[in-house]
Amino acid sequence: MHSAFDPHSPQARAVAHLWWSMFAVGGVIWIAVIVAMLIAIARRGDVDFGGRKRGLTIFVAGTGIVLATFLAYDFAVGHDLAKRGAPTLTIGVTGHQWWWEIEYEDLRPSQRMVTANEIHVPTGQLIEFKLRAADVIHSFWAPNLNGKRDLIPGYASSQWFQADTPGVYRGQCAEFCGLQHAKMAFLVVAQTPTDYLAWRTASAAPHTPPADSIAATGLKVFLSSGCPLCHTIAGTDARGTVGPSLSHLASRQTLAAGTLLNTRANLMGWIVNPQALKPGVHMPAIPLKPAELNAVVTYLETLK
Amino acid sequence: MKARAVLAASVILLPACEREDRRLNAVPPNPPQQFVSEVRLQPGPTEMSDTTEGPYDDNAPGTAEGQRLFSQMNCSGCHSNGGGGMGPALMDDQWIYGSRPDQIFASIAEGRPNGMPTWKYRLTTQQIWELVAYVRSLSGLTPKGARPTRSDHMMVKPANSQTPNAKPKNTVKP
Repeated sequence: MHSAFDPHSPQARAVAHLWWSMFAVGGVIWIAVIVAMLIAIARRGDVDFGGRKRGLTIFVAGTGIVLATFLAYDFAVGHDLAKRGAPTLTIGVTGHQWWWEIEYEDLRPSQRMVTANEIHVPTGQLIEFKLRAADVIHSFWAPNLNGKRDLIPGYASSQWFQADTPGVYRGQCAEFCGLQHAKMAFLVVAQTPTDYLAWRTASAAPHTPPADSIAATGLKVFLSSGCPLCHTIAGTDARGTVGPSLSHLASRQTLAAGTLLNTRANLMGWIVNPQALKPGVHMPAIPLKPAELNAVVTYLETLK
Repeated sequence: MKARAVLAASVILLPACEREDRRLNAVPPNPPQQFVSEVRLQPGPTEMSDTTEGPYDDNAPGTAEGQRLFSQMNCSGCHSNGGGGMGPALMDDQWIYGSRPDQIFASIAEGRPNGMPTWKYRLTTQQIWELVAYVRSLSGLTPKGARPTRSDHMMVKPANSQTPNAKPKNTVKP
């Protein structure tokens, strides 16, 4: 699920081809050297190089040619990866300690959408990611889809890929960024264009007030405790931008940037004591009463 | 000679001790015992306790977390990075409601007349104690080793990583 040897985009395939061809040629040469060495050991005795200077020349030249060829191949792949056509979709990715802010750009303000840690993309289309960092240097890396690109505070950079096959591909921060760098993952969910459009429409849909009375209490608790200072739920008064957006939280597969599966138990544990699950995370333990916690989690589960 | 070098090295290393003590799971002490829940309209509440140290005063990670909260909760909106604006300055030695950790805790948790909001329903006790450490660090009331450096945007020139006018690389021209 998370491997550069299992490419699912033209970009990752180019990198994988380069790697496999280097591996193959390097492997053949290595075996040849080992065989030659064994022959030399078996022969023993003094070897007279007097009449074999030509062989040595061929050997040195051959090494040079192999290295130069790979250099050229490497540059060619890098050159190809640096070129790209006009993207059909642009997604903003901002690295935070230790989560990913994902922003779908759209000319219609009502369709602009911010989510976190899960990127849905249509297959067969070139997607561009505008990369920014909010605090320290991070690196955006979905090995099945393309190479790494650093996110540097104050600089804008970009990365792109075109996913071929629908699937869920794991990505990971690839530049050490602090205590919980290892638990800073994201998922790329590649869907057929139809599925993607359905997801996109559902995710940009306005917030519906909860019908259930427990969930309605949960919304009240959410808004009157500390939650909205850091989190946004589109369509409510919660507009904090410090932590990840919780709009449509229940539709995501993981919690806390790939740390936990998105289940009711994990969500409760996360709210009560995030430090036990991801030590050092900037979210504090929220002192909610059991009934309040139950209500808040019931409410969050309605955010499909 | 060797002994001197070892001595010098330990003197240099000594100040680093306990600075990076991350108390991630620590439950901070509860608000001061005789915590008054209403604020009177004259400066300063009555004496509450003789607490002279906040739980994060000598703790660099806790103070740094307080610094993050200070900007994230928009304290700068009124206190302007500690220099004061609509609200009083926090860097000087003037304290309307006292400079002790428990007094600053009360100012943040309860709010104060003329604009300071009540934060105790929004921030957790731990977060308020972290803010207390940062606010006290602004005027040098906490140990120097635990104080954060000035934030980048208050420096005379921007940090190297934030030099302005960087052109986006590899993006499409509009």
